[in-house]
Amino acid sequence: MPDEKTITLEIFRYHPESDAGPRFQSYDVPYNEDWVVLDAINWIKDTVDGTLTYRWSCRMGVCGSCGMMINDEPKLSCAVFLKEYYPNPIKVEPLVNFPVERDLVIDMDGFMEKLQSIKPYIIRDDVNDTSQGEYKQSPAELAHYKQYTMCINCMLCYSACPVVGSEPDFLGPAALALGHRYNKDSRDQGFDQRMEKMMEHEAVWGCTFVGECSVVCPKNVDPAGAIQQAKASAAQEYFKGFIMPRGAGK
Amino acid sequence: MGRSSTHQHDVLIIGGGGAGLRAAIAIAQENPDLSVACVSKVYPMRSHTVAAEGGAAAVIKPNDSFENHIYDTVSGSDWLGDQDAIELFVKEAPKELIQLEHWGCPWNREADGSVSVRPFGGMGTERTWFASDKTGFHMLHSLFQTTLKYDNITRYDEHFASKLLVDDGRCCGCAAIELRTGQMRAILGKAIIMCTGGAGRVFPFTTNGAIKNGDGMSMAYREGVALKDMEFIQYHPTGLPGTGILITEASRGEGGILVNKHGYRYLQDYDLGQPLDIHDPEHPRKRTMELGPRDKLSQVFIKEMQKGNTIDSKYGPVVHLDLRHLGEAKINKNLPFVRELAKNYAGIDPVYEPIPVRPVLHYFMGGIDTDLDGATSLRGLYAAGECACVSINGANRLGSNSLTELLVFGARAGASAARFAMDNPDFNVASLEAQAEDESKRIRRDYIETGTTPGTSSGDGGSERIATLRNEMHEAMEGGTGIFRDEKSLTDTCQKIAELRDRFKIVRIDDHTNSFNTDLTAALELGFMLDVAEAIAHSALERKESRGSHQRLDFTNRDDENYLKHSLAFWQDDDAPPRIEYKPVTITKWPPGKRTYGKGSGLTKQENETT
Repeated sequence: MPDEKTITLEIFRYHPESDAGPRFQSYDVPYNEDWVVLDAINWIKDTVDGTLTYRWSCRMGVCGSCGMMINDEPKLSCAVFLKEYYPNPIKVEPLVNFPVERDLVIDMDGFMEKLQSIKPYIIRDDVNDTSQGEYKQSPAELAHYKQYTMCINCMLCYSACPVVGSEPDFLGPAALALGHRYNKDSRDQGFDQRMEKMMEHEAVWGCTFVGECSVVCPKNVDPAGAIQQAKASAAQEYFKGFIMPRGAGK
Repeated sequence: MGRSSTHQHDVLIIGGGGAGLRAAIAIAQENPDLSVACVSKVYPMRSHTVAAEGGAAAVIKPNDSFENHIYDTVSGSDWLGDQDAIELFVKEAPKELIQLEHWGCPWNREADGSVSVRPFGGMGTERTWFASDKTGFHMLHSLFQTTLKYDNITRYDEHFASKLLVDDGRCCGCAAIELRTGQMRAILGKAIIMCTGGAGRVFPFTTNGAIKNGDGMSMAYREGVALKDMEFIQYHPTGLPGTGILITEASRGEGGILVNKHGYRYLQDYDLGQPLDIHDPEHPRKRTMELGPRDKLSQVFIKEMQKGNTIDSKYGPVVHLDLRHLGEAKINKNLPFVRELAKNYAGIDPVYEPIPVRPVLHYFMGGIDTDLDGATSLRGLYAAGECACVSINGANRLGSNSLTELLVFGARAGASAARFAMDNPDFNVASLEAQAEDESKRIRRDYIETGTTPGTSSGDGGSERIATLRNEMHEAMEGGTGIFRDEKSLTDTCQKIAELRDRFKIVRIDDHTNSFNTDLTAALELGFMLDVAEAIAHSALERKESRGSHQRLDFTNRDDENYLKHSLAFWQDDDAPPRIEYKPVTITKWPPGKRTYGKGSGLTKQENETT
């Protein structure tokens, strides 16, 4: 097939069992203008090299599995097309600011712990009773937090965030935005519990408002905006703390 | 792959999607002393529940009734759904969706703060709750985040279950590979709940994500549990050509129309009622035209194609789903994901242009045979969600019943499994550990160390590539068990799948290492899929009638006399096809009747009230 167009993918490879450090491997892939980068990687896996290792599932931008650095930018590989780069080669690396397990697979343990620590669930004083029907919530109250529910935990914002890179304990954009999401939900009463974590130094105060998280977010969650709002709430809490015990003012 | 390690819990759930997480919370909340484990081959929020779009059905508004939802579901199932299961499902549905609301699911709201509902296909009343058009995503994340509240839930994320562990006729765990290290673990429980989802990836053109390989169906099947009604496979009528990405039925519930190459609303030619003008306040009329059921709309597409009325695209024939009259504001409010997907993956902005669509494999009505409590024929093993078949869906599932189903039956299976675990505390750990060790050795011998599979000695080298076998399976399934089937197509498919199972014995993988070996898991998944594919093809071959999604060109009528019953496929061995048996459908108050859609075509009481 001498006439067939191809495109080159330069892919980061690292195997913890055999490699002292990472290397790049080059693959020539048939060029199809309808293909996303993930399609090209799947083609390599299926036909050329079954050892290439990466995560993927829905290939429609909602499961959050396939985040990668594509030419140095954090992207969902299922949502970025070869035609955006052709005829130039595409460099594919694991998301930065995370330890690498193998090839394009990053270690998510840290995020999972951070997520749990901000208590991302409805907290209420009353007993769970479904017989009284749904909690009423107006469209305006829904709109208050809806944007922050859209996070797919794809980790692109952690790769874009310079603070995550320098301070590994920083809770990070997605976890903070989700904490803020529950704080803003009219059904929730867990603000005080959540703010204890979110007011720690490596939490909202760690953010230097570079705003890159919101730029790379594929779902327009605007974590930077959420963190700024959370900072304002945290500052209020801080000053309230001088005049009354925490929570008494709610 | 290292030696196996052992981990013991009270209840073990395999699968971390909607059903598995709902089961986990049901147990953790009611039984704080029980230890619950959730094993998932991906992080739970990657599970395919995430991709469900349109909504979840439950009776909540004063203009609706349990009776209506039951009737819609029974008739939608072409009378193959079990009516006791459907009645129970419908009555528990509102409580479950309210529970999700209490757990933070951001349901769309009315001005008075109550939840919004919208119409869906085959439903005579609007009863589909929705969170814009990412309902599954919001449900899954609400469930997952809620599980983080419970200290007694232990997650085994990115652990690939490869085999059930069964001792003395009782299921007590699974062998699972920790992907990061490649270490085999024996994860044991006094009761096990299978929640691994469907197997859409048996087909080439599907809405299903890469992870939907029928793992749990195959594992249960191999332990002697029947796979029920596997011939009933749902094609969703509106997928994007090329990728198969789903364009939700909610786009029609909101008023979108389907037109052929003449701009004509062709559904009116197929006994689905008469169209109302798109600006008529009554449009879209329930159980009519674009709100007909999925099986019929997908079948009608093929007939339009045969008449030459479809539109040629570079990915083959399509029709147009036209949303333009809904306007930008409504599309942005209720269908933002549809707009995003159409723009990104089809280069179409539905505010200005119709979306090209064609039928796409979407859902398995069949699955692991369970009773109303999720119990299977294997003691200690329960199942819920798409991998299970209770059955409320029968021969055709109605859109928005599956998200509710995974909650209702996930919770029920959780409660039942917890009771079983408390009543049956003792099991033989040594025997189960030995089985996990054997499984570890099998995988090492057949894949890791030699790259060859059973029957070939070390170093021989197999010769079949995973992708080659998978592609041939796809071709055989699409060709033989698609929307229309006949004896020849099904016989050919059965033969082809048998051949592929044989060739799978010498499959070759490239990756002979331990850490995160996705070449190995792809091979194991192919093995699961071939089991499921064979069950589908043989169940379809034996059902000599047409009902719901199972349409035979050589047996075109529904045959209640001979086939008002569930098929049961039993695994035989590696070289033999499944044995097919049958069991009766439970009929309580709704005797089999003519399944009609569209005003004036033999309306029932319920339809008259709502159309």
